[in-house]
Amino acid sequence: MPEIRNMTMNFGPQHPAAHGVLRLILEMDGEVIERADPHIGLLHRGTEKLAESKPFNQSIGYMDRLDYVSMMCNEHAYVMAIEKLLGVTPPIRAQYIRVMFAEITRVLNHLMWLGAHGLDIGAMTIFLYCFREREDLMDCYEAVSGTRMHATYFRPGGVYRDLPSMMPKYEASKWHNQVEVDRLNENRQGSLLDFITSFTDRFPGCIDEYETLLTDNRIWKQRTVGIAEVSPERALQLGFTGPMLRGSGIEWDLRKKQPYDVYDQLDFDIPVGTNGDCYDRYLVRVEEMRQSNRIIQQCAEWLKQNPGPVMIDDHKLVPPRREEMKDDMESLIHHFKLFTEGYCVPKGEVYSAVEHPKGEFGIYLISDGANKPYRLKIRAPGFAHLASINEMVKGHMLADVVAVIGTQDIVFGEIDR
Amino acid sequence: MLEIIYQFISQNLLLPITTLLLPVDYQPQGLLMLQTVIKILAILIPVLVTVAYFTYAERKVIGFIQGRIGPNRVGFFGFSLWGLGQPIADAVKLIVKEIVIPTGSNRFLFVMAPILSLAPSLAAWAVIPFDDTKVLANINAGLLYVLALTSLAVYGVIIAGWASNSKYAFLGALRSAAQIVAYEIAMGFALAGVLVASGSLNLGDIVNSQSGSIIHWFWIPLFPLFVIYFISGLAETNRAPFDVAEGESEIVAGFHVEYGGMAFSVFFMAEYANMILIAVLSALMFCGGWLSPFQGIPGLEGLFAWVPPMFWLLAKTSFFMFLFLWFRATFPRYRYDQIMRLGWKVFIPITIFWLVVVSALVITDTPPWFN
Repeated sequence: MPEIRNMTMNFGPQHPAAHGVLRLILEMDGEVIERADPHIGLLHRGTEKLAESKPFNQSIGYMDRLDYVSMMCNEHAYVMAIEKLLGVTPPIRAQYIRVMFAEITRVLNHLMWLGAHGLDIGAMTIFLYCFREREDLMDCYEAVSGTRMHATYFRPGGVYRDLPSMMPKYEASKWHNQVEVDRLNENRQGSLLDFITSFTDRFPGCIDEYETLLTDNRIWKQRTVGIAEVSPERALQLGFTGPMLRGSGIEWDLRKKQPYDVYDQLDFDIPVGTNGDCYDRYLVRVEEMRQSNRIIQQCAEWLKQNPGPVMIDDHKLVPPRREEMKDDMESLIHHFKLFTEGYCVPKGEVYSAVEHPKGEFGIYLISDGANKPYRLKIRAPGFAHLASINEMVKGHMLADVVAVIGTQDIVFGEIDR
Repeated sequence: MLEIIYQFISQNLLLPITTLLLPVDYQPQGLLMLQTVIKILAILIPVLVTVAYFTYAERKVIGFIQGRIGPNRVGFFGFSLWGLGQPIADAVKLIVKEIVIPTGSNRFLFVMAPILSLAPSLAAWAVIPFDDTKVLANINAGLLYVLALTSLAVYGVIIAGWASNSKYAFLGALRSAAQIVAYEIAMGFALAGVLVASGSLNLGDIVNSQSGSIIHWFWIPLFPLFVIYFISGLAETNRAPFDVAEGESEIVAGFHVEYGGMAFSVFFMAEYANMILIAVLSALMFCGGWLSPFQGIPGLEGLFAWVPPMFWLLAKTSFFMFLFLWFRATFPRYRYDQIMRLGWKVFIPITIFWLVVVSALVITDTPPWFN
């Protein structure tokens, strides 16, 4: 009798469901996965090493490019680490702005995840519905920072600028006539905060729409219920964080457990799952979008009523205003020093973590007192999640591998760093 | 209208050709052959044009479902015309592309596979009646012929997967083979129900036995079979949510992952021709084919009497074709083992059960269908 061997299949890095550059070596018995061996490093850019050779502020932009679907959350952890070492606290308005944008980012990330997860499982329409809403949030990014993705908006000591008092509008063109443009500009008449409020009023309805397509869909349930179940104990052992951990029923959220910025003043709930399968993680993330929406709403309300500074008033750390530089020698010197040498951070070590959309995103920073970090270590949640892929897909079928990749919400920017 | 054109061509083109070229004894046979060729062209050219514009319709319909516009740039002579030139541009692009034959593949089978999958889906059109008189081959075993030919199409898929020498393609082929075996049975039983209900295998007779009014159509007495037939049709044509043989996000493109250019587009045409075929068959067997939906309703029947019967058939077919697109835009993809479960454990028992019910209805002459 001939020997029956397992089939080895190379899944990725150029594969529609590889979420970037995942390479999986799958050992399969027919369609059943016996072993999955993830290979990483195809998107390695040496962020940690690069940060060692740059003044602190210049690495903020690198943080955006780690997990490139939740940009400002990465920045958040990094600037908080620097602030901890410096011992400064940003003004309360800046904290509200940061929290608001961290939550906008969470919605952005979860929309991207939902679309990609749906597409992986074969539901294409959800993808475009999600991107329709993402577009508006991207416009919020653009309004505050000038870019739609890599914002570099959070700074040690606050945020780069206050929220704009008017929202950019569409202009009529060859492809969009005035009537169409007027319709698009309807909710852009007021300030950015008005635009965000109109979004938060509309968004729960959009989530209902996504849920109509998926939540009770028999095929969706067949594809996700009971797939890649992770017990609470095992989830802890594997180092899961974020929705992956909460899907398994452990209520752990840094926003509640060790609140940073103004999370302790906001009202929101932490959804948890019960079975720890793909479906529960899906429900958890969808509910998180609703909760984020609540947070954004509260922040927008607060910000409308409480004007104030958005940056600390210490020119050893933040650049002075442009007008002051024109006739104030000291301001000019500050500006020159900040944009050449940067600022020096006291000697010490610090770990700062935020509840990133994907889990606990931590920055471990060692400073030797110079103007550059001595060592920067990034704790990316996706790394621990990807490490468990073998355990999660074993015994499942090939089609479930893509469901698991989707449910882990993997982004290679942060895993490969 | 069509008859007049046909008669004109027959009299003024084909007859002179045969009389010129052939000896007297062989002239009738020669004329018949040429007439048949003309008829074949009259069916195949519209089918292939429909295939081309079905891809356009798919992109437009799914586009609108997803809140997009779809193709709207390529037109004719500088007018964009909502992108109506897109299928032509796609065809030209695919024709001029190189067909790469992968190393280690079986050359002969690799080239044969697309042909094997397109040929049956076009040949099946021979027995499709477009109205009471317009049918290329009015054979008595029409239903059997259709069933036989649609089953053949899977060979193209299996051979493509095997000849490509690629693991992804091979998995796709295996999935497709298992899937089509399962659904062929359910489909066969559904068609057996139609056979019992109409008492004929001739597609024209099947339609005529449904005449009366919209409630005389077989979709009411054979409702479960109707639904199962259409869903099996989705599975047969490898369309979403049963497109595991292509499984975009799992096995990339499945059996045709190694195909490019015209070889790929032949697979593509086969898939779309099959979809149209399934739509036409659903209309013929369960929805009264070319019979008017207003038949038997006093007043309305007379009002719509001027509409050519073929229009009703095309309208019903278009509706089923639209369903294909609608499903694709809405549903997630089944997993391979779930498709098997659905086919073997759900569809086959239901069809067998309903076959008994239909037989009982027929034996007892249940009005209004079987009296």
